[in-house]
Amino acid sequence: MNEMIKPASGGLVPTAPTRRDIGIRRRYAAERRFRFYGLAAIAFGLAFLFILLWSVVSKGYTAFQQTEITLPIEFSEKVIDPGNKRATDPNVLVTANYPLLMRNALAEKLGVSATDRPALKQISAMVSDSARVTLRDMVAADPSIIGKTVPVTVLASANVDSAFKGQIDLSVAETNRKVSDQQIGWMNQLAEQGVLAKGFNTGLFVNGNSSRPEAAGLGVALVGSLYLMGIVLVLSLPIGVAASIYLEEFAPKNRLTDLIEVNINNLAAVPSIVYGLLGLAVFINFAALPRSAPLVGGLVLTLMTLPTIIIATRAALRAVPPSIRAAALGLGASQMQTIFHHVLPLAMPGILTGTIIGLAHALGETAPLLLIGMVAFVANVPATPLEPSTALPVQIYMWANEAERAFSERTSGAIMVLLAFLIIMNLGAIMLRRRFERRW
Amino acid sequence: MNIMTEAAAEAALEKKMNTVPLKMVGKDVSVYYGEKRALFDVNLDVRENTVTALIGPSGCGKSTFLRTLNRMNDTIGGCRITGTITLDGEDIYDPSIDVVELRARVGMVFQKPNPFPKSIYENVAYGPRIHGLARNKADLDVLVEQSLQRAGLWNEVKDRLHESGTGLSGGQQQRLCIARAVAVSPEVILMDEPCSALDPIATAKVEELIYELRSNFTIVIVTHSMQQAARVSQRTAMFHLGNLVEENDTDKMFTNPDDQRTQDYIMGRFG
Repeated sequence: MNEMIKPASGGLVPTAPTRRDIGIRRRYAAERRFRFYGLAAIAFGLAFLFILLWSVVSKGYTAFQQTEITLPIEFSEKVIDPGNKRATDPNVLVTANYPLLMRNALAEKLGVSATDRPALKQISAMVSDSARVTLRDMVAADPSIIGKTVPVTVLASANVDSAFKGQIDLSVAETNRKVSDQQIGWMNQLAEQGVLAKGFNTGLFVNGNSSRPEAAGLGVALVGSLYLMGIVLVLSLPIGVAASIYLEEFAPKNRLTDLIEVNINNLAAVPSIVYGLLGLAVFINFAALPRSAPLVGGLVLTLMTLPTIIIATRAALRAVPPSIRAAALGLGASQMQTIFHHVLPLAMPGILTGTIIGLAHALGETAPLLLIGMVAFVANVPATPLEPSTALPVQIYMWANEAERAFSERTSGAIMVLLAFLIIMNLGAIMLRRRFERRW
Repeated sequence: MNIMTEAAAEAALEKKMNTVPLKMVGKDVSVYYGEKRALFDVNLDVRENTVTALIGPSGCGKSTFLRTLNRMNDTIGGCRITGTITLDGEDIYDPSIDVVELRARVGMVFQKPNPFPKSIYENVAYGPRIHGLARNKADLDVLVEQSLQRAGLWNEVKDRLHESGTGLSGGQQQRLCIARAVAVSPEVILMDEPCSALDPIATAKVEELIYELRSNFTIVIVTHSMQQAARVSQRTAMFHLGNLVEENDTDKMFTNPDDQRTQDYIMGRFG
């Protein structure tokens, strides 16, 4: 019917009705396909993120708890100072056989005879070597404690800790595992009596490094990383912002500035280990700064972070609308006033975001620190940035190289701490960006 | 008789216009953007307390000329200017002239309203503050109020001086920009198509404002609207392809222009 009418109504109109639906189903199908690809890509990424987090958290969450033994200990004078010479020779208190105190107290608690040497040896192995330091420090702080019986909390050995957390497979033959059936029995007995229990692992955040996993902590690494971040922030933010403002607002556009721009972009892509070599050559060998010091690490990471900050800052400055500049200049503001009163405040969110991302990058950087010696075994928390220290990622690297089961748990725990810091920093970046939201 | 008086009146008017002192004088002004020449030996005078309109098709150089009057072209890389422009007899391109001081004397209002992303008060107070025009807070408050009143914005914003200037409507924003320019007491105000982004009602308000400001300021306005030029200006200059085609009293320009191209442009035959 239609075809009959159409030609009659308009002579110029083509006889067949115009078809607009050619390929329309294929177009929709293509769109659906593309959406599916996108979703698949996101799902793929999320799956790997989940696997990563799961493997870290499932292995690491136990590191935040530590098995402790709490029982009254007699600070027997017979053991600590048999010759009663401590008044004349204070060294006696330092070299005394403190583990013996612990062993005797435990043996008594478990009803083991003082003459059963193999059993006593096994009991000794249940307590961390760090108990020696704990007891010695108590005596050093208050020598009058000698002769009294005082309740003390010491760490259980790493093997007992692992066994108590259920990480040791008890179906393995006794000779092939590090805890004997006897020790397991005692452990359960002590746990029933409330002597042995799990507590929050403050040592993980306070202690320095140790060869005994149960006593090893991130204290030095946290302080070292804090120094590093402080130095990087204090140096790279002003230098980076000053360089960007000059390049973006004042520098003439010529070959030299083009060359500088190309170089900055290239520096941002230089492998970080190269910055470590540079730091080794310049700061340690030439400028004779101390090795393993956060100061040198901070300088190296500053050099590494600068290009990132400069690129982010220049982008933020460029994003400020020219109309704001024109308005200020048209009022008779000098170029300096225009930049500091109007352009910089508007560019601030971008600058801060770039800086924090640069800092987060620097926080997780390991390779350059290895080269300037921040990979050392450091047991004491550094008081100044000139003292030897490590950093969080380096500590993770070091612990990951250790063989004990307890160190693998701590490695994952340390990764969780590092991730927590990164998340906090990124949240900070988001909050700053919201706070200084662009308002034009 | 009648014709005689009319001619006499016209002559008298012309004489009157010609005796108005010259505020700015452009002599053989040429502007180059790199290799490209944007203005060709323009000779144009700006008279005191007069609104001078610059008209012409897009790309004819009228905005370029306007921007030479307060050296805003300095901020564009590769821009070169020859010829002389004087303000009260002083060459504004003389090395001894401070460009910051010049821009305080020759203010500018832009095509798109561009208030600072700060409060209304801060927008107006910024200029006086950087030029040290107010000795204390009370002085500054007075100056801000006066400027907003002159821009006809005071009654609309007096209760929200500390709210953001970007929250105003487009027309209010543009009047805020005019208040901001007025606050530093310039001698000349340059306006680069100040109404092109505004609706007709806001445009009418701004035009009315321009008409009032004439008694205190010398105004140069670039516009694409013939009606606007006819309504607000006393003198009109017509640009075409970088040349000044004709400069005349606005009344004469729109009734009996000397140049055929002006006639064609006004009649809408090109542009």
